[in-house]
Amino acid sequence: MSFQTFVFYALALILIYAALRVITARNPVHAALFLVLSFVAAAGIWLLLQAEFLAITLVLVYVGAVMVLFLFVVMMLDVNLARLREGFWDYLPLGGIVGALLVAEMIVVLGGDYFSVGEMPQPAGHAAGYSSIKELGRLLYTQYVYAFEIAAVILLVAIIAAIALTLRSRKNTLYQNPGEQVAVRREDRVRMVDMRSEKRAEERA
Amino acid sequence: MMDSVEQLLGPAWPVVWTLAKIVAIVLPLVLSVAYLTLAERKVIGYMQVRIGPNRVGFRGLLQPFADVLKLLMKEVIVPSGANKFLFVLAPVMTIMPAMAAWAVVPFSPELVLANVDAGLLYILAITSMGVYGVIIAGWASNSKYAFLGSMRSAAQIVSYEIAMGFALVGVLMAAQSLNLVDIVNGQRGGGFWSWYWLPLFPLFLVYLISGVAETNRAPFDVAEGETEIVAGFHVEYSGIAFGVFFLAEYANMILISALCSIMFLGGWLPLVDTPLTFIPPIFWLLGKIAFVLFLFLWFRATFPRYRYDQIMRLGWKVFIPITLIWIVLIGALKLAGWWAW
Repeated sequence: MSFQTFVFYALALILIYAALRVITARNPVHAALFLVLSFVAAAGIWLLLQAEFLAITLVLVYVGAVMVLFLFVVMMLDVNLARLREGFWDYLPLGGIVGALLVAEMIVVLGGDYFSVGEMPQPAGHAAGYSSIKELGRLLYTQYVYAFEIAAVILLVAIIAAIALTLRSRKNTLYQNPGEQVAVRREDRVRMVDMRSEKRAEERA
Repeated sequence: MMDSVEQLLGPAWPVVWTLAKIVAIVLPLVLSVAYLTLAERKVIGYMQVRIGPNRVGFRGLLQPFADVLKLLMKEVIVPSGANKFLFVLAPVMTIMPAMAAWAVVPFSPELVLANVDAGLLYILAITSMGVYGVIIAGWASNSKYAFLGSMRSAAQIVSYEIAMGFALVGVLMAAQSLNLVDIVNGQRGGGFWSWYWLPLFPLFLVYLISGVAETNRAPFDVAEGETEIVAGFHVEYSGIAFGVFFLAEYANMILISALCSIMFLGGWLPLVDTPLTFIPPIFWLLGKIAFVLFLFLWFRATFPRYRYDQIMRLGWKVFIPITLIWIVLIGALKLAGWWAW
């Protein structure tokens, strides 16, 4: 067994275990942390497939940003575990169908010899100076530029919609204007008074 | 001698050699962290007209070791109701990215552990994992103050990471590479004036300030906020578990300073080209790192703590627009052929 194979199996084991724990862990925070672990394991597998850019982006975007916000929300929820399990039997048939479909797809992929998927040509090896980032960038901004821009606009619409749905302006909120605060001069706030010193009461008497 | 050792170890040689290189990076790093704590106390002491620690060893030079020894001797207390596994995992999760990011940091043209193509992206990805230590620490401690601290820290780090990432986009546009060695080589030329701090000045400032915010240092230390929430996310930690958080904070400071020096201050390139080339490149880099670290300490001694809503405003409404405008500007200059660097 080569070192690569060993690393692949180790990462795959971690990935499967973490993915299982995501749906079996009782505590939602634990489930979210296991999801993070499965992302990291998946990034490792992508690295083995020489997709460095995708692997690093997976860690950067999903582990570094998305899951942090996820945890942020989940940690603040006071989750009632009994109510969470209520819908289990209702959703079981739908979940079962999705699961069966996934298993069927896996069978097609893994049993490639029977379905002659294995006759796909081996991907060509890369030259020494090959940079997957440059290739990806070139493709995104030339061949797929419209799809890329449309995806960006759709995301923008989603952002605006999410903000519009949750934005409530309260009338009694107080705001500061930092520009105004910075522009304040001493003369606006303080008046210097030239005042003669006065004698104490006992001295006056 | 090297060859004979190589033959002796045979196939295990690459592993041993890499491990030796890792130790050669991590050991000086930990020592620098120890002396950075002393430097901080001394520098802030002098700025406040005090002497600072001067009892342990000659002029207090053994103070860091006394501190470490004290922390090692103390009991690590796990609070009742805390999630023990996550409680112990949290300090490890903070120190891991602070150490792992050094894998791609070049110390001189040849001296780099892994000269990877996407070094800048790797650093962004690894450092973005540091926030998990803080979040897990706050949650697993089963304490209100720790939880508040970790909430604040999560929001702050996620906000400033965007500005930081955009600042780095500016650097990679200027250098046309994600490789840190290439980025430094792109700043070669007229010495001080050809480094990227000049054409990318707003991004340099944004990166430096976001770096202070990312490391939870004053004036952005609301996550610890001694006067508000005791010690924030690590309030329940004692002994060496606390020590590891401490180590991670200072290691992160050194990392941010190193990245700042490499990307904006010319890395190992000398200040002026001709008369100063006799100084080895690595000393230039170390000098620049020390300078940026001094800025960190200076900030702490100078500025009062930002209020939480002011931090958010600065990040989202000031820094992100500045970086966006500057990125477009760089792109336009490059396209028009007016880019002089």
